[in-house]
Amino acid sequence: MRQFSQLLDGLVYTRSRNGKLDLIADYMRTALDPDRGWTLAALTGNLDLKAVKASAIGDMIRERVDPVLFEMSRDYVGDLAETVALLWPKHEDQPAEIDDGSLTVGAVVERLSSVSRAGAPAALAAMMDHLDASGRFALLKLATGGLRVGISARLAKTGLAQAFGLDIDEVEEVWHALTPPYAALFGWAEGRGDRPDPAGTPFFRPFMLAHPLEDGTVDLADYAAEWKWDGIRVQIVGTGQETRLYSRAGDDITGSFPEIAEAFSGHAVLDGELLVKGEVQGAEQHGGSAASFNALQQRLGRKTVSAKMLGDYPAFVRLYDLLLDGEEDLRALGWTERRARLEAFMTSLDPARFDISAIIDAPDFEALGDIRAGAREAAIEGVMLKRRDSPYVAGRRTGLWYKWKRDPLTADCVMMYAQRGHGKRSSFYSDYTFGCWNAEGELLPVGKAYSGFTDEELKWLDRFVRTNTIKTFGPVREVEKTLVLEVAFDSIHQSKRHKSGLAMRFPRISRIRRDKPAAEADVIETLERMIS
Amino acid sequence: MPPATHWIEPHPSGIYVRPADAWIDPSLPRERALVTHGHADHARGGHGHVWATRETLGIMALRYGTAEGTPMAYGESMRLGGVDISYIPAGHVLGSAQIMLEHAGERVVVTGDYKRRPDPTCRPFEVTPCDIFVTEATFGLPVFRHPDTGSEIDRLLGALHANPDRCVLVGAYALGKAQRIICELRDRGHHDPVYIHGALERMCALYTDFGVEMGELRPATGIDAKDMRGAIVISPPSALNDRWSRRLPDPITAMASGWMRVRQRARQKNVELPLIISDHADWDELTDTIAEVAPSETWVTHGRDDALVHWCTMRQMRAKALALVGREDEDEG
Repeated sequence: MRQFSQLLDGLVYTRSRNGKLDLIADYMRTALDPDRGWTLAALTGNLDLKAVKASAIGDMIRERVDPVLFEMSRDYVGDLAETVALLWPKHEDQPAEIDDGSLTVGAVVERLSSVSRAGAPAALAAMMDHLDASGRFALLKLATGGLRVGISARLAKTGLAQAFGLDIDEVEEVWHALTPPYAALFGWAEGRGDRPDPAGTPFFRPFMLAHPLEDGTVDLADYAAEWKWDGIRVQIVGTGQETRLYSRAGDDITGSFPEIAEAFSGHAVLDGELLVKGEVQGAEQHGGSAASFNALQQRLGRKTVSAKMLGDYPAFVRLYDLLLDGEEDLRALGWTERRARLEAFMTSLDPARFDISAIIDAPDFEALGDIRAGAREAAIEGVMLKRRDSPYVAGRRTGLWYKWKRDPLTADCVMMYAQRGHGKRSSFYSDYTFGCWNAEGELLPVGKAYSGFTDEELKWLDRFVRTNTIKTFGPVREVEKTLVLEVAFDSIHQSKRHKSGLAMRFPRISRIRRDKPAAEADVIETLERMIS
Repeated sequence: MPPATHWIEPHPSGIYVRPADAWIDPSLPRERALVTHGHADHARGGHGHVWATRETLGIMALRYGTAEGTPMAYGESMRLGGVDISYIPAGHVLGSAQIMLEHAGERVVVTGDYKRRPDPTCRPFEVTPCDIFVTEATFGLPVFRHPDTGSEIDRLLGALHANPDRCVLVGAYALGKAQRIICELRDRGHHDPVYIHGALERMCALYTDFGVEMGELRPATGIDAKDMRGAIVISPPSALNDRWSRRLPDPITAMASGWMRVRQRARQKNVELPLIISDHADWDELTDTIAEVAPSETWVTHGRDDALVHWCTMRQMRAKALALVGREDEDEG
């Protein structure tokens, strides 16, 4: 357990993505079987030990520790598992605060999967006696599920791929052919066995991505134009028996959008944009009826979805592409042919849950620019340009697909608060909250940004914060309301979360307006008029 | 009959010893001050006359300029207004002492801050039986159980050796913790130069003057970043995530403190490598010490007094919380 608990501690304290990957890779290379397989299952959310409930942990500790001291400790520490891990009293004959090495992850999983719910507290307690505080914490987290170490399943798989020099997309391909503790996977990774065969399993295929269209133009004879919808990019993978939904990062999000998987029973792989239904202007014109990203946010990051959520924020997928039709791989075909196949495929789908992303009909690039400029609908982020003969290839390939985002909106705001950044930026005040004036002449926060500036500008902003601080609240500094920041953002929405009633999408600092007096910054009313 | 309460009085600003007309660790300037150790929450400037160990007087002179002081050797006794006063090692930092007071057939021991585990920079705590035991309780919750120091130092060295292109920056309180970390590293076989923040230089020099050997120390200022790759750098906790640390080669941020036992505390401070090394007694040390000293009454000066008083009460031992002000500097833990 020691190696496992050290890994969890490392993942908790390490801020950088590369640092986390190194930790995972190192563990996967050096840990033994089947421990590393069970660890991989835990990290990817594929380990479910149902016998242990949180209440069992509370009962277990109350039998052993003075209840007043336990409550005081819990108040101080916060997390139940951590409190119990820290104050666990070992028996006299057990080595104090030392992991005696007698327990392996494999043994823990085996013991906890065979124990009854009633027997779980005693089984857990017996194991606690052999571990140090980190080990006890790791054990309790493993037993109750949800390691909460701030990494996604995709990151865990990327770490595994890094450990053995595999391609992450290859790992994703075989993933659904595997079950914990993944002996076949490690055998293949270490060259001891064959590649696991994913045929018949709903596995993720890497997305094709687009480059931004900077200042150039394209010829619409070669490129087709469609709207770039502001939802989340998803891949629907159906085998006929089973359907899964993957996010752009390759995480399985089927559970967050059960209505989509239920509505799809086909045998195909599709690329599209997940959106929430809404009433918007111009719906017919753009093939719309999608609500803003704000509405979609209500549905993101949920493990279980209530009936109310499903009713209030119904999801649907606007399809962009067809990668596989049955067993037939269409990815090598040109976009025009795939588009025709997609249009034909649409007829088999439930129109309540699936529609097709419309092609924008424009005579030339200039006319397309006008159409793009005129589209202010909330769910539109800009225009996509796809080469008509482009195959579907993983990642960004120059010249094939472009995204041509709408010009950002901008507002002049006043810096109000600043906070330190993370990692390399931890010594800089790099996160800024800014506000605009209301009718009563008060500044109300309208957003927060931590990007858009150069390193030189960051140094300047950091110095400004330090020399203009008027109050500190823990890590946050309140500054003199004198500095105007021009903030760029993709769109702005109503929000109950902020006192100003506004929330910006993708706000970033576009310019530091040292020349502008704070009193001349924008008013809230101006921002309200930008709501799309 | 409540013992001793007629001649020793707890006040928010310190403990007053009436017959001697003297204060222990007063937080306000007093004519006569008995000081347990040099940390700022116990040793203040501006007193008329100070009684403390030679080392503590040296530390106070460094911090506040010269003050009238009488050095007290460990075990030596003096009489002040009918009270016999002596200084006993507390094991907290260089020069730290418990103060033992005897008067009218009663004995009171005031621990100041203390710990029970070995520290290469100071004399170990001595258990002294007494009637009233006045103890600290900085880590007075059963979740605080400090692990073996050697294993924490090994984790520090492990991180150092695994990252030859980076340095490990250890946040450690300038008086006591910093010097102890350096000595513990030496004891563990690490003899490379250790780089220190400017704020540590004078205190380290004072430790050296008192005979604490720390090997080669180099100032971390004015050095090319790449020369500090693979090295340990020690700074006060306040400099960890501040502008000062930008000069270092991609530092791994470590912090040596008893508070590091709680994950959230380490995360709040952006610490990547929390080292649970404390100069205070942990819960087991606090409770074991009370059991060994076996006083008829325990007074708790500062920290988690509620939990420690509860522990005493559950064992039929008399205890009360004094709630002294201005104690418990968290960086110091």
